[in-house]
Amino acid sequence: MKKTALIILTAVISMIFPWKAGATASSESHDDGKIDAKAIIFEHLGDAYGWEVPFNHHKRIPLPIIVWGESGLHVFSSSRVADGKEYVDGDVTFKIAGEESDHKGKVVEIIDGKEYKPWDFSITKNVLAVFITVLLVAWSVIAVARWHRKMGYKAPRKMVGAIESLITFVYDGVIKPTLKDRAPKFAPYLLTVFFFILYMNLLGLIVVFPGGANLTGNIAVTLVLALFTFILTNFIGTKHYWKEILWPDVPLWLKFPIPIMPIIEIFGVFTKPAALTVRLFANMLGGHMIVIVLTLLIFIFATMGAAVAGATTLVSVLFSIFMLLIDVLVSFIQAYVFTMLSTLFISFGQERPHHHHADGNSQETSQSESPAVAQPTN
Amino acid sequence: MELFKPDFGLVFWMFISFAVLFVILWIWGWPAIMKGVEGRANLIDKGVEYAQNAKDQLDNARQEADKYVAEARRRQAEMLREADRMKSQIIEEAREAAQKEAKKVMDAAKVSIEQERKEAQLQFKNEVSALAVDIATKVVRNNMSDRNTQQQLVDSLLDEMENNN
Repeated sequence: MKKTALIILTAVISMIFPWKAGATASSESHDDGKIDAKAIIFEHLGDAYGWEVPFNHHKRIPLPIIVWGESGLHVFSSSRVADGKEYVDGDVTFKIAGEESDHKGKVVEIIDGKEYKPWDFSITKNVLAVFITVLLVAWSVIAVARWHRKMGYKAPRKMVGAIESLITFVYDGVIKPTLKDRAPKFAPYLLTVFFFILYMNLLGLIVVFPGGANLTGNIAVTLVLALFTFILTNFIGTKHYWKEILWPDVPLWLKFPIPIMPIIEIFGVFTKPAALTVRLFANMLGGHMIVIVLTLLIFIFATMGAAVAGATTLVSVLFSIFMLLIDVLVSFIQAYVFTMLSTLFISFGQERPHHHHADGNSQETSQSESPAVAQPTN
Repeated sequence: MELFKPDFGLVFWMFISFAVLFVILWIWGWPAIMKGVEGRANLIDKGVEYAQNAKDQLDNARQEADKYVAEARRRQAEMLREADRMKSQIIEEAREAAQKEAKKVMDAAKVSIEQERKEAQLQFKNEVSALAVDIATKVVRNNMSDRNTQQQLVDSLLDEMENNN
């Protein structure tokens, strides 16, 4: 109890008298004495060719750059183009495009003074974070699977029990009630999605390597995930599903001669994955952004004297901690929601004709068929 | 806004990574876990059912045993009663037989006593008559010592004879 109180007191004092923070802020700020908050925010939210190490803004873990351009394939370390350096490979020069370029922040190849954007397969910070997440998910799931093979029907404990409780939470809570007899067929995909997103979200909250990459807040990542759900929904869809889209059970004038309903339904096929993409992306991006902005407030107010800076620091740190804790919750909820919506969309694709209400009201039929899963509001 | 523009390289690697992860877990991950969890759930269900059955059977067995014990008690009591009844019957029969035998013996004794009595009577009669003759002889001898008395006797005897004829 006394120890905790001492730690809190030290923390508060160090927050109220932030000499060091002020010094850091001035070193980070630009020549005119103001910090470019927008640049810092976007730098932290975006991708990079190197991975920052803690307490050093300029040193980065170099990552391989792989580009396929006009002059073929080139592989080199990101440290060669770091800090605006140019890398010359034969008669081609590579550099990270500056502020004035269309490809700002990306590697471009310069041939005869002209900038070209090559196909960029670089292992960037985000790509490496994806690899790390893949390894972590594969490791933890395969460890549980191996435990199952080895231990048979023993009671799972510790980590195995924790992961298994998540698996059964998603499988018995979402997948099974929605997909029913088709559940085992789609469970591998949905569970993989759940764990992949959850691990990405949580790794994103860890500030230092191997975390810190804003993966699920990157639209490319969520787009790919939604694409997989889109493929599974539509390419394994039943005949009934396509019939409902192209010739829905509505009065004739709604589908002939002008196919109003089919057009709306086809539109819906594409809006569903789009909603998945944006929902996860926006939620996670928002969480990261709030924490960064709260932290930046300290440096913005640091120029206004010790008292203001101290008060801001106290409030900012407390709010940041609060937001990070909320983000832990959000990490889980967003993974859960993505899995739930994917399950729901896939179950639409697995709909089979209802024999009980064959000639009944279509409104009623579709309502009774759609699984009783509440639509999330966020 | 660069945030809303999906980066080609990241999409490419993300697609490959996720596909690889999906396939790996599809083959080596989830089936084993699903099977394990399902199997364990079934095992637990079966275990509970088995225990329920065992308990029911135990309860049944207890009832059965109670029933058998009650039945045995009833039979025991019945047998005791039967034995009691048989005992008294045997005693009764024995008594009757004994009585019969006793009667027989008594009858035989009576017959023999009667015979003895008769024989004794006869013998007694003979002895008495012999004795009487003796006594009579003696008395006669005494009384007939004088003449008068002899005369008188003869007279009276003669009178008697006369009266009788």
